[in-house]
Amino acid sequence: MAFISGVGNTRYGKIDGSTTMSLAAAAAQAAMADAGLKPQDIDGLLTGYATTMPHIMLATVIAERLGVQPAYAHALQAGGATGVAMAMLAKILVDGGRCRAVLIVAAENRASGQSRDQAIQTLAQAGHPDYEVPYGATIPAYYGLLAARYMHQFGVTDEDLAELAVVMRRHAGRHPDAHLRTPITAAEVMASKPIALPLRLLDCCPVSDGGIAAIITREPTAAARVRIRGAGQAHLHQHISCARDWAAMGAKASADRAFADAGMRTADIDYLAVYDSFTITLAMLLEEIGFVRRAGAGEAARAGRFDVDGDLPLNTHGGLLSFGHCGVGGGLAHLVETQRQLAGRADGRQVKDATVGFVHGDGGVMSSHVSMVLERV
Amino acid sequence: MTEATNVSADPIARDWWAGIAEGRIGYEACTDCGAAQFYPRGHCTACGSAKVAMRTAAGTGTIFSITVVHRPPSAALQPFAPYAIALVDLDEGVRMMAHADPSLAIGARVRATVAPFGDRAVPRFVAAA
Ligand SMILES: [Zn+2]
Repeated sequence: MAFISGVGNTRYGKIDGSTTMSLAAAAAQAAMADAGLKPQDIDGLLTGYATTMPHIMLATVIAERLGVQPAYAHALQAGGATGVAMAMLAKILVDGGRCRAVLIVAAENRASGQSRDQAIQTLAQAGHPDYEVPYGATIPAYYGLLAARYMHQFGVTDEDLAELAVVMRRHAGRHPDAHLRTPITAAEVMASKPIALPLRLLDCCPVSDGGIAAIITREPTAAARVRIRGAGQAHLHQHISCARDWAAMGAKASADRAFADAGMRTADIDYLAVYDSFTITLAMLLEEIGFVRRAGAGEAARAGRFDVDGDLPLNTHGGLLSFGHCGVGGGLAHLVETQRQLAGRADGRQVKDATVGFVHGDGGVMSSHVSMVLERV
Repeated sequence: MTEATNVSADPIARDWWAGIAEGRIGYEACTDCGAAQFYPRGHCTACGSAKVAMRTAAGTGTIFSITVVHRPPSAALQPFAPYAIALVDLDEGVRMMAHADPSLAIGARVRATVAPFGDRAVPRFVAAA
């Protein structure tokens, strides 16, 4: 069995003077302390990538910085799904007997380490260099195309999307480490400046600095008995031009594999952590996987179902939309918050009786999906 | 056109963009299984054949999705903003990204034109009628 035995993070936001390495080290040290482990106890290390530090061997750079000498280490890349993918691989390594304690860590000074234009241009390269990028496309433009079609096809409204941003901001207000904590209204979201219509500024996540880490072990620690019960993936395309079915982007295929692996179904889930780079991302993932009906995410938000005391508590740290997005660490934060919820350590955000959690990461433009079921044991 | 320094090193993409500059939208058709595909790759993703031929599309199609970009990726593109990026389903059965008239809606019938943008001329779809 694979347990998430320790977690740690820096605050998210603009952190002047931070570097990818300083953020990674701070988060990893916090996670090791949380698990009660020393650098010598870590025998596996996985990390992602950092746009501000495009190193060819990021995992061993971090290992050396920490004083860890792992038996297994490398970086992996699945865009926003990388965080959950690292946890899935860590489970495979632990279950297979290759490692006893795998550190997964993600960090980047994405906000302060480059200009805003640099960040936007780097990220736009997720598009096809010959048949998409030359049109002046950006990540919000790819998601704008996703949103316009999805809203047209299923009858989702601007207000439905805005409600999701409102909930994420409300949640972030209860997390001391969140990037954006000032409450917003649906009217403010819909009146914010246009970025790639139908998406507006407050439909988009911020660019943040931050670091976050978790430790996956073969044995549970006393403080937190949270196990990874199952996981799955699906990858149907890379570029939005090559996506075919707006009703089946791979999210459900990935989730179904995780549920089958865990021997569970959507009805068993009592805490949700779903990738939310944009409001449309969150709506599409929740609806395709089947936690709410098609075009039903907005009404569920309005009804309070995603609140801490709702029946589908969702991204109680504030998600990418408000806790912040520092690259790989943005998606890993969903997993870390799930661990804290299931371990009963979410302080003022604690969901009552959270036992089984579902985590979903999405990379690219609905391109890479990784899903995971966590359980308190 | 300014020097097209950003045009790809990939010969298929270079030929494709050279065709655009002359008003031709290329797509690939497999000579073994008949499948049409975009973007061009030099091999067929339906059957794996290496026998694909570049064909010229009629330039007519339907808007599948459209977004209006207000925040371009660079200062160099700011003078063009706002501009619309669309996914267009060509009548030959392939889907491509292109520029479009921002007033177009999903489902609109369109025809291709070519318009200057950034470092090159790009396909831009306008109402067919
Ligand atoms: Zn073929």
